[in-house]
Amino acid sequence: MDKIPILRMGRFLLVTIQVDLYDRLALNLESDLVQMVSKTGANGVLIDISALSIVDSFMGRILGNIGSMSKILDAETVVVGMQPAVAITLIELGLELKGVHTALNVEKGMELLQTKMGLIQENEEGTGDSRVE
Amino acid sequence: MLIVKEQDVVLFRNRVKEYAVKIGMGLVNQTKLITAASELVRNMIKYASGGVILIEVISKGRENGIRLTFKDQGPGIPNIPLAMKDGFTTGKSLGLGLPGAKRLVSEFDIKSIVGEGTTVSIIKWKNG
Repeated sequence: MDKIPILRMGRFLLVTIQVDLYDRLALNLESDLVQMVSKTGANGVLIDISALSIVDSFMGRILGNIGSMSKILDAETVVVGMQPAVAITLIELGLELKGVHTALNVEKGMELLQTKMGLIQENEEGTGDSRVE
Repeated sequence: MLIVKEQDVVLFRNRVKEYAVKIGMGLVNQTKLITAASELVRNMIKYASGGVILIEVISKGRENGIRLTFKDQGPGIPNIPLAMKDGFTTGKSLGLGLPGAKRLVSEFDIKSIVGEGTTVSIIKWKNG
């Protein structure tokens, strides 16, 4: 059975999708990832989809699900590296990828996650009555 | 091309891509065509446990294009206008498959007879 590897990097989980996904593989990734978030207590999930030549409604839904599920487990999700043609197609298809953050590449995605962590920490250290979104 | 299991989808998508590259279709149109094809082949597997897909290179005047015909012997769709509406689904998906696929291609045709099966045919012109 094929499997998408999930790497742990400090407080974040890193997933690089290198193969074209079929549905079962995507579903497995979803459950593996959510379990990893819960097991490791990660605060961020970074998914690199730069090798994906298409994202259809099913894959879009999986990405959205991962975002929402991780959110409940206190982890932010960033999807990075989307090809321009994929972005055009997604919007025409009618999918907006709600619930996940996006960044241009892995580096920017990492920065985004770190900023989010930083904001939360500052907030915890502060008086606690100001909420930063 | 015969489709019976999920893994066939990846193979099928690659095949469509080969044809699209062969007629010199641009990357954006390729992506749109393959995405639409992916939606339709999923429907076929999910609702009709597979079927047969015909991939053809066609031309109209000076314009080349690719026609994909998806034929299954599934339960059929009783209400096509409803199935073509955004957000309608009898499964647990987003209900974007059929209407989304239609938006992504140049021509879209669907015929369905309840109890006999569904045939969907899509055309994407090289520059369309």
